[in-house]
Amino acid sequence: MVKEIERAGIIVVHMCTVVPISLTVGANRIVPTIAIPYPLGNPELEPKEEKALRRKLVENALEALKTEVEGQKVFE
Amino acid sequence: MSKKKVVHYINQFFAGIGGEEKADVKPEIREGVVGPGMALKGTIKEDAEIVATIICGDSYFNENIEEAKTEIIEMVRKYDPDLFIAGPAFNAGRYGVACGAIAKAVNDELGIPVLTGMYPENPGADMFKKNIYIVETGNSAAAMRKAIPAMSSLALKLLKGEEIGSPEEDNYIARGIRRNYFAEERGATRAVNMLIKKLKGEDFVTEYPMPDFDRVDPNDAIKDLSKSKIALVTSGGIVPKGNPDKIESSSASKYGKYDISGFSDLTEADHETAHGGYDPVYANLDPDRVLPVDVLRDMENEGVIGELHKYFYSTVGNGTSVANSKKYAAEIAKELKADCIDAVILTST
Repeated sequence: MVKEIERAGIIVVHMCTVVPISLTVGANRIVPTIAIPYPLGNPELEPKEEKALRRKLVENALEALKTEVEGQKVFE
Repeated sequence: MSKKKVVHYINQFFAGIGGEEKADVKPEIREGVVGPGMALKGTIKEDAEIVATIICGDSYFNENIEEAKTEIIEMVRKYDPDLFIAGPAFNAGRYGVACGAIAKAVNDELGIPVLTGMYPENPGADMFKKNIYIVETGNSAAAMRKAIPAMSSLALKLLKGEEIGSPEEDNYIARGIRRNYFAEERGATRAVNMLIKKLKGEDFVTEYPMPDFDRVDPNDAIKDLSKSKIALVTSGGIVPKGNPDKIESSSASKYGKYDISGFSDLTEADHETAHGGYDPVYANLDPDRVLPVDVLRDMENEGVIGELHKYFYSTVGNGTSVANSKKYAAEIAKELKADCIDAVILTST
C-alpha cells in the first residue's frame, strides 16, 4: 500500500513495528513503532504519558516527511 | 544407520497455546513432536526423528528478533540436530518472518541444513528465499496436507545429503542460484527455438529471468508542514464501531473510507478494529493506538500541520493478497490526489 501511494506521487511515511517487513515491501520513509497490537501506544503507561509517547512517534513521522531521502531510510 | 535428529519450530497457534492473545509468549522447548510435527514425523519416520519442538509467539519473535534468535539457537544447539525445520507458515506474515529469520540464523550459527515452508506472498518468503529453502505452500493451513509431503521430501534429501533439484522439481521458492548443466542443444539453437515460440505466441520459458526490482523512488520532502494537508491510512483495520462495511478480519475484500471531521479523539465508544491478525484488546480500548487521530487533531489546532484530512482509509492487512492491497492503495491514492493531499501517514500493525 505504501508503495502504491508513493507511486501515485504522494509522499508517505510508514509507521510500523516490524521494520524488516516494511523494508521488504519497499517503503522509503519508515518510523519504527512500539508493538504489533499497539504500534502507537503502550497500555502500561498512564493515559497522559501514553499520549505523549504517541505524540513523539507522530512528530518523528512528520520529521521524516520533512526530510529528503534517497532510497529507504528508517527514522529511529 | 541410526536415525537423524530434527528440531522443529512452530508458533503459539500451531502449538495449541492460543491465538493472537498469546502471540507474546516467549520461546519454550518441548521434547518430541507438537502440532504439525505429528504429520511431519509420520512422513520421515523411517530415517529421522523429531527430537524436540520449539514454540515461540509470533509477536514476541518479531518485536524481539535478536533476543529471540539468540535464545532459540541455544535451545537448538543442545539437541545437536542434523536438520532444522520451521513452520510451515502459509500466508501468516509474522510467522513467516519468524520461520525465515530463525531458519537462516540456525543455518548461519550452527551450520546445519534448514528448511521452512510458506506461501510465496508471505513477506518472509521475499526476505529469506535467497538464504534458505522455502517450500512453496498454499495460503492457509487448509493446505497442510499438501505442504507436509513436499517439506518431508526435501527434508529427507537434505538429511541424506542428496543433490537438491531445481525449484520446480523440489517445490521450493526459487533462490536465484544458477547452476551449470549440460543441455541437449547448444545455446544458439535454444535461443532460436525460443524466439520462434515467441513469434508464434506460444508459451516459452526463459533461461535467464530478469530480477523483479519493484522499487518506487521517494517523493520530495514537505517544505512547510503548517500548510500541509495530511491524510491517515491504515492496514490495522480501524473502523467505526460495528464495522459498517463489514471489512473481513483476514483476506479483506475491500477497504473503507470514514469521516473523522467530528472527532478529536477515537474511543472505545465510537471506533474499533476489524483486524483478526493481532490481539484486538488494546486497539479496541483506544483506537488512537493504531490511528493517531487525537495527536494529529492537537497538532492541527496548534498549527503544526495545516489540516488533518476529513477522511481516513482503512483495510485489514491480515492475509490480504498483494494484488488486492495494490488495487486498494491505487484507488485510495487517486482519491487523495483529487483531494489535494500533501502527505500520508500509513500505520500498520
